[in-house]
Amino acid sequence: MIVISKFIIGYLVLQGALLSLIAAFGVLRLPDAYTRNHAASKSATLGVISILLGVFLYFLIIEGQTNSRIILGIIFVFLTSPVAGHLISRAAYNKGVPLWKGSVQDDLKHHREKTNQKAKG
Amino acid sequence: MAFQILLNFFLAFVWMFLQADYSGITFIIGYVLGIGVLFVLRRFFHRRFYINNVIAIIKLFLIFCRELITANIAVLKVVLSPKLHNRPGIFAFETTLEKDWEITILSNLITLTPGTLVLDVSMDNKILYVHAMDIADSEESKREIRDSFEKAIKEVSR
Repeated sequence: MIVISKFIIGYLVLQGALLSLIAAFGVLRLPDAYTRNHAASKSATLGVISILLGVFLYFLIIEGQTNSRIILGIIFVFLTSPVAGHLISRAAYNKGVPLWKGSVQDDLKHHREKTNQKAKG
Repeated sequence: MAFQILLNFFLAFVWMFLQADYSGITFIIGYVLGIGVLFVLRRFFHRRFYINNVIAIIKLFLIFCRELITANIAVLKVVLSPKLHNRPGIFAFETTLEKDWEITILSNLITLTPGTLVLDVSMDNKILYVHAMDIADSEESKREIRDSFEKAIKEVSR
């Protein structure tokens, strides 16, 4: 039982570390702010969550103590990181950070132009 | 929904007083019996039986977890592929949800969906502007997925 749980804990922590590494690669490799934000807000979330879950299971099964703060930490990360990703990319868009040249569609720009014309006229 | 939960707690306390035994086990037995009583009396409430809402919330949570994992696999594929041939873009998505918290949950779900990220919500809460990692294959299939999200959220708020 302990051996199996050790394998699961090791897998969770390793998976979290790998996902964080891939998120870092994504931030380096991807071309513009918005696609970088995809990598940062998704992979980092699951990476942190699985590391925290591994730590929680380690202390629960091997040390025998329940640490509810880790569960609260998981819930907070789970709830707040998509909002953070949304706010950062929204701020970038409002500031006028350009999309990558390979981008094909920009509905929000048309919408902004229309409302600006209405406000003027 | 809150009223029914409160009533259920009240019935559990009444059960504890009837048994003159103030322990957690008695409370749980009283709560389960209270669920039965509320199920029998469900046609006297304005809203539907609240266990349905609880089941819908659990379903929504499971959808969240599944989407988080598939989103990570999709990002991993894009980042680790040798050439970047994805075509990002922004598309508008009309939502039929109305309350603020529903739109918040929907945009959180969309942000955790593979390859999409909410950029902006229009002033009248009708249109979400979504940045997609790959607009070619995402738009139609993601629209379907999002319809299933919307359905799950509506199921909770009904």
